[in-house]
Amino acid sequence: MDKRYTVAVLVRNQFGVLNRVTSMFRRRQFNIDNLTVSETESPDYSRITVQFAGERVTKQQLVDQLYKLPDVCSIRELDNENAVSFELLLIKLKNDPASRGDIRAAADAFEAKTVDYTRDSIVLRVTADSRRIDDFIDLMRDYEILEICRTGVVSLERGADTIRKVTNL
Amino acid sequence: MNLTGAEIVVRALIEQGCRTVFGYPGGQVIHIYDALYEYQDELRHVLTAHEQGAAHAADGYARATGKPGVVIATSGPGATNLVTGIATAFLDSVPMVAITGNVMNAQIGTDSFQEIDITGITLPITKHNYFVGAVEDLADTIREAFRLAISGRPGPVLVDVPKDIQIARCDYAPQPPAIPAPPQAAKEVRIRDAAACINAAHRPFIYFGGGLASSGAQEELLALAEKIDAPIGCSMMGVSCIPTGHPRFLGMQGMHGHYACSTAMHRSDCIIALGARFNDRVTGDRTKFAKGAKIIHIDVDGSELSKNVPASHGMRGDLKLTLQKLVDYVEPARHPEWRQTIALYQSEEERNRDNRPGLTPRNAMQVLNRHLREDTPVATDVGQHQMWAAQTLCFRKPRRFLSSGGLGTMGFGMGAAIGAQMATGEHAVLVTGDGSFGMNLNELATAVTEGVPLVILLLNNGVLGMVRQWQTLFFDKHYSNTVLARQTDFVKLAEAFGAKAERADTLEVLDAALSRAFQYQGPYLIDCAIGQDEFVLPMLPPGGSMDDMITKVGG
Repeated sequence: MDKRYTVAVLVRNQFGVLNRVTSMFRRRQFNIDNLTVSETESPDYSRITVQFAGERVTKQQLVDQLYKLPDVCSIRELDNENAVSFELLLIKLKNDPASRGDIRAAADAFEAKTVDYTRDSIVLRVTADSRRIDDFIDLMRDYEILEICRTGVVSLERGADTIRKVTNL
Repeated sequence: MNLTGAEIVVRALIEQGCRTVFGYPGGQVIHIYDALYEYQDELRHVLTAHEQGAAHAADGYARATGKPGVVIATSGPGATNLVTGIATAFLDSVPMVAITGNVMNAQIGTDSFQEIDITGITLPITKHNYFVGAVEDLADTIREAFRLAISGRPGPVLVDVPKDIQIARCDYAPQPPAIPAPPQAAKEVRIRDAAACINAAHRPFIYFGGGLASSGAQEELLALAEKIDAPIGCSMMGVSCIPTGHPRFLGMQGMHGHYACSTAMHRSDCIIALGARFNDRVTGDRTKFAKGAKIIHIDVDGSELSKNVPASHGMRGDLKLTLQKLVDYVEPARHPEWRQTIALYQSEEERNRDNRPGLTPRNAMQVLNRHLREDTPVATDVGQHQMWAAQTLCFRKPRRFLSSGGLGTMGFGMGAAIGAQMATGEHAVLVTGDGSFGMNLNELATAVTEGVPLVILLLNNGVLGMVRQWQTLFFDKHYSNTVLARQTDFVKLAEAFGAKAERADTLEVLDAALSRAFQYQGPYLIDCAIGQDEFVLPMLPPGGSMDDMITKVGG
């Protein structure tokens, strides 16, 4: 049974690290849904957040293979129980007088913010968990979508624990 | 002291305990070679005929000793010629440090002459690799490379040093050799669970791979086998790790493994896998593999657990330390019925044994056995001869059978044998075939120049025998491109290189030739003609299971 997994990976902030991680995913054919990389509280580390759907053994294999990369410092598996996760969506829609009101209503329901507005287009921004963003995009398919860009998920553990407390042996 | 980067490379190698390096000079390592000239009394450089040969020699050096082998190559083609050698070491978990030159930092990324992205190319075939961007990082990077190569599951590490870094100067102070990350036993509770599983077993079977020698856990394995009354088998990478003649040892398992060993593993109810990865050549069709067995898997690399075969008890940890505890936790047991069953498998194996007289591959190996001393390193190439050697040769010490298992690299043997000879100081043996030998026979030049005492036993059948065997069995004898209609006279060829050589066409001549070869302090080739339709048996057909094992062909 496929389940969606979110894995946060603390890596050394060095040239080429992202390539090492994605190269491993590619050669072992791990199918990644999305991946984000960002700076962290320390200039020594970057944080990669990976989401993918698969079986538990596949997830375990992915984590074990990640641990073998010397640049990987720490790994944390995150889910809705133990973490807060968000993604940001930018969606550009055709600005059509006939649909403008419906779009506005849906946007309100999803707390979407209008960040660009022209005669021909509207750009909305939504910050939510990935599932809710999927739902919003699905709703918008009733109208004319011009372009979509989403960031992929970022995720932090609830409470005072941090990823740096789990270290690579 | 203030040194150039090139000197730091050489000093750091010496500091790390390296006394022999293999390599080939070129434009982007010329400064390193100048430093090698300066330090030649402390660090021996062996010039090979080709960088691939140098990589295999470093690999052979490492396999024979457990210490990292070191290879140096120039940028561009020098570096790419290392690739097969590095991949061979990677797939067999052999510690290696490869040093490559590259163009100056200022020219990187401009496709300049002999520039290649070797860190990119070797990303999937190294444990890790480094591009050195500043001379201040150079010494520590080399130290880190050594540490990584020997830590946990060993493997190759590459350090790419651009030319400007070799020229730049900085302070250098020697440091002690790198110490591997401290080995750790698996978790206590897991070991106890596994022990309970073993205690409940009626047909236990111990299966080990190359990890056994890496961890040095031979004694612990034998103690476990004794206590729980289990037979022992190994993957090809395990050959020579424990003495071939040990009464519990059933030999090699897998596609061309010993019948009794493969069958016992398949019928076992509890497989204790140690430092092995259940390669497809071991399991055959995994959905049918040892269905009745619980699998206890111990490996220093956690990603091997349940990767190929689901483990009921997977434990990440050092074999030696984990086995020490496991031996304590298991109850002494006796399994007389299981022993009887295994004795039946052994007599079945005996019945199917190829007992033809004359110069058969098996008899040739038996004759070679008479000449092997307990310290003799034997390298092979890849193909039928490799399997005959793995099945038939007798070993008494670990790290004495050197063969490319994971990658299956034809052409591995010449370099590996040279490296193993230099590492051990023992008269070495290469068992090869005419196909494999043809790939890297240029290293005869190296063996002659360096006066390497090396017996090359060439099983010459004029065909690419392993592929031909498949074509015979599964491709209606369509011998597509496996008949070598070459006119190579291997005796003359060896002599042209400056080696000694002779032909052997009977077992008696072979025996006498081997005596002469072991007397000679240099490379000595014996061209031994065998039939082109000899088979490696038994054989598990591709995609088949142990139940489909072919033990006899024709009459």
